[in-house]
Amino acid sequence: MTRFLAWFALIFGCLYFLLPLVGMAEFSLKMRRGEYSFDAYARVFEDPTFWATFSYSLVLAGATIVMGVFLVVPTAYWVRLKLPQARPFVEFVTLLPLVIPAIVLVFGYIRLYNTSSWLPLTGSALGTDFLLTMGYTTLALPYMYRSVDTGLRTIDVGTLTEAAQSLGAGWITILGRIILPNVMVAVLSGAFLTLAIVLGEFTMAALLNRPAFGPYMQLLGANRAYEPPALAVIAFAITWGCMGLMQLVTRFSKHERAKA
Amino acid sequence: MAKGPIRRGGRRLPVEWLGILPFAIFAFLFLILPTLRIVTGAFQDVEGGFTLQNLYDLNTESIRAAYWTSIKLSLYSASLGCAIGFAMAAAVVFGGLPKAVRSPLLTFSGVASNFAGVPLAFAFIATIGPAGLITMELRDVGINLRAYGFNLLSFWGLVITYLFFQIPLMILIIIPALDGLKREWREAAEVLGATGLQYWRMVALPILFPSILGTFALLFANAFGAVATAFALTGPQLNIVPIKLFAQIRGDVLGNPNLGYALAFGMIAITVVANTVYIVLRVRSERWLK
Repeated sequence: MTRFLAWFALIFGCLYFLLPLVGMAEFSLKMRRGEYSFDAYARVFEDPTFWATFSYSLVLAGATIVMGVFLVVPTAYWVRLKLPQARPFVEFVTLLPLVIPAIVLVFGYIRLYNTSSWLPLTGSALGTDFLLTMGYTTLALPYMYRSVDTGLRTIDVGTLTEAAQSLGAGWITILGRIILPNVMVAVLSGAFLTLAIVLGEFTMAALLNRPAFGPYMQLLGANRAYEPPALAVIAFAITWGCMGLMQLVTRFSKHERAKA
Repeated sequence: MAKGPIRRGGRRLPVEWLGILPFAIFAFLFLILPTLRIVTGAFQDVEGGFTLQNLYDLNTESIRAAYWTSIKLSLYSASLGCAIGFAMAAAVVFGGLPKAVRSPLLTFSGVASNFAGVPLAFAFIATIGPAGLITMELRDVGINLRAYGFNLLSFWGLVITYLFFQIPLMILIIIPALDGLKREWREAAEVLGATGLQYWRMVALPILFPSILGTFALLFANAFGAVATAFALTGPQLNIVPIKLFAQIRGDVLGNPNLGYALAFGMIAITVVANTVYIVLRVRSERWLK
């Protein structure tokens, strides 16, 4: 009886998850009347705006990851090594982006950093890109921080630091050549999640008026029939790829550790 | 920056706090200051003086309806997400399903909980939208969904779509909690003569309760702040708070900038309550997972 109910719950759930995936895949192939074809995909890939917005978001994702690493790794390291009393404050701050909706945050940005403010970031395209990158960094902050902090827990930060210092290493050497390589798996896992978040993000980019992938998808969805499901298939593949890579680096590291 | 050996004990020089200065500056500029700007703006009139008028002005029929729809949407999608996610997680952990099911389910949940926003809306439009796969198949066998009053671009359509990221999130959070239920507790209950139902009612559920309620609060906040899926699905028509705020930021549709702040302040207030519940309950539930 339990087993029957268990199978029922699982199959019901799987149907719910599979049907939309099948639906979007099937719909994306129906552009040509009466037969299945990849016309919708061809149309998407022919569109220069697709490539422009996609590479724009990709660059921003890269910048976000770099920014996140520079921000999170030294902070998490320092808190663990010297400032355990700052932990509640830092953890609280890293949880804030889950509490404050992105739309509220970007609303604050627009009002704080508009052209008539003390720091007119939205006045230029580059300034707005910078602001958007900062916005994405806050969105990714909870995941990046947790990932890196968990990674730091598995290594003996104090001993490694003292060993490096007694060999004459400065702080930058310690962070770049001792700590970072040791938490690389955690950093990569946070980075892939950041990539998935940034590539699909809509609200911040739309409200800051930047040509990112999310607003492009939305605009296409409002005007076309067959390209949107093709885009959804592509986006799903990207998400799957990011999560797969995340699992891969984690598994790889377990393997390494088992060997050691 | 402080060089030399690590000081232990004693009075710490404030210079050590410099180590988290970059983080503090970032957090101040891009998290705390923007939020404060919204909160203070909600209590200011056009000249910048203190007022509660903006909050009173929220009390119009359209804004009340928007909040109510948003809260209902979050409640329904969170409760259904919790219930279905719990059922699937329990099926995998206790249901005697083959071990091979578990790992793919967790992987898929990780993907699906991140597959939100615009593409998710496309997937559902392609499936149960007016010309979607299921809609057409059902029409071919004589069932017209529209005639039964079903419309994807509506409240219930949004609930069904939100479940696609709510259920996986529940599964991801609740499976570790279910794993934390020790076999000994069940055996102890059975030795004392408890039935399966009694074990669940008097042992397992009270232990799981903080986890479940906490996750519920998280799912609630998750749905409440979501913009992209709803916007891509229904466009600007559906009257929910995030979409109203989106339109307000783009073009001051309320005709009063400070009312926009108040609208956003209301959102913060609700998500803060939901997340506080989540964090408090998670701390409580982690006691049992050690």
